[in-house]
Amino acid sequence: MRLFDPHIHMTSRTTDDYEAMYAAGVRAVVEPAFWLGQPRTSPSSFYDYFDSLLGWEPFRAAQYGIAHHCTIALNPKEANDPRCTPVLDQLPRYLVKDNVVAVGEIGYDSMTPAEDTALSAQLQMAADAELPALVHTPHRDKLAGLHRTIDVVRESALPLDRVLLDHLNETTVKDAKDAGCWLGFSVYPDTKMDEDRMVAILRSYGPEKVLVNSAADWGRSDPLKTRKVADAMLKAGFDDDMVDLVMWRNPVAFYELSGRLHLEVEGTDATHEGNSILRGGE
Amino acid sequence: MTRTPALGALRARLESALDDDARAWLAQALATAAAQPAPSEAPAPQVTASQAPAPTWELRFAQAGRRCGPEHADDARLLLLGAARADTATLTRLYEQGTAAERRAVLHALTHLVPGPEALGLTEDALRTNDTSLVAAAVGPYGAEHLDAHAWRHAVLKCLFTGVSVDAVAALADRARGDGELARMLGDYARERTAAGRPVPGDLQRVLALTEARTEARTEARTDALTESPTEQPAEDPTEQPAEAASAASPQES
Repeated sequence: MRLFDPHIHMTSRTTDDYEAMYAAGVRAVVEPAFWLGQPRTSPSSFYDYFDSLLGWEPFRAAQYGIAHHCTIALNPKEANDPRCTPVLDQLPRYLVKDNVVAVGEIGYDSMTPAEDTALSAQLQMAADAELPALVHTPHRDKLAGLHRTIDVVRESALPLDRVLLDHLNETTVKDAKDAGCWLGFSVYPDTKMDEDRMVAILRSYGPEKVLVNSAADWGRSDPLKTRKVADAMLKAGFDDDMVDLVMWRNPVAFYELSGRLHLEVEGTDATHEGNSILRGGE
Repeated sequence: MTRTPALGALRARLESALDDDARAWLAQALATAAAQPAPSEAPAPQVTASQAPAPTWELRFAQAGRRCGPEHADDARLLLLGAARADTATLTRLYEQGTAAERRAVLHALTHLVPGPEALGLTEDALRTNDTSLVAAAVGPYGAEHLDAHAWRHAVLKCLFTGVSVDAVAALADRARGDGELARMLGDYARERTAAGRPVPGDLQRVLALTEARTEARTEARTDALTESPTEQPAEDPTEQPAEAASAASPQES
């Protein structure tokens, strides 16, 4: 079974996680730029983070046979902090990089005017850079946030079919699907979706344009949720091809809209088997 | 620019490996880079670097992986840097704003584009990382020429620690020869490994043997892309470069 986790924050995870993910079948991940749990106070913190997503993290992933790409953006939460908004001016130079496969995570957190500005600006940047966009839907006031998000995308230069709306659930999936967007579901231990509800949604709405992710990060989360959903699908009677469509071909198809997806992992021969994240003599 | 013939040979080799689309893209990108005024000839920028749009050739530098394939991107980027006659300020900016792959290309370019030690900070930065591809690039010919004895010894040791083959270390035999301090460090490291019940890296014994070598003629084979195919560089004896690097080696070594 091959698995693609289209949304996972590996910066916050350990090498044990990479090892377990590989053993579970994960061969590719996309890491969206997001906030770190602790607010940043200057643009430079973002640049170091972006550079890590374009350097160190793909290197770590490659040690475990996993292809790593990223999405780059100013996240909606920190778009509200004037100390952070200068990041918007520097984003275009990151969006040309080879490993950047979308603009994201963008979207709404508290639906403020500052978030409106950042969302519109970054949708335009995605169109300019010929990238799709990963758009987070808010945790609070979710359905209203979804409608507002779709309205803003409609007014932007980016077509709806180049947008992945993420963190969907039973209350938001229909409108997102009717809008023609790609449909992302985050499966969590306690919040967001769980495996059985995910299977029920696949039964009701079909597998087309559906992506399932763990969104694992620094909080309570599980980087093996993609495998657990795949197992739940098989148990519920979906066949191997349907699992492969949802867990591999759909994320590949979405991120291939960038023209930059490269799924062969290179440079693992000397340092595979997990013994290579050495300390370099420190 | 001291070794442009090597870049010429590299271009011929790369073009033969690329498909038609990538070859055409590369030709266009190199022409764009070559058409740039050299940094020393360019007018002083009227806006700060963060406001100015990146020159087109720098966009091509970023795109090389998806246009030529990741396996050819290092070579394509190296050629672009050469065609643009990138100076130390440009190389530094591209390194600082670069992905790991872009940084690697800048490190490879230093020996071709920077005659003195002024870009050594980039090599030192790479040696502080734990990305083995950056470490390997940092111990290439530019590092061999300009790293002082202490930093060079630590770079060799870091290769052993992180599993980078010492084949990546340019001018290894010449710099290691007679280096008693390196021999001591290697011996201590071997004892530490043995005390822990862990195997001693095979490369350690190899370098240790080189520290004892006394013959002038011995030259360590190098594996960097510019010399691995001597048949395509008839005018340039690939065994010459380590000696050349050694002759310019830091005075601390002699």
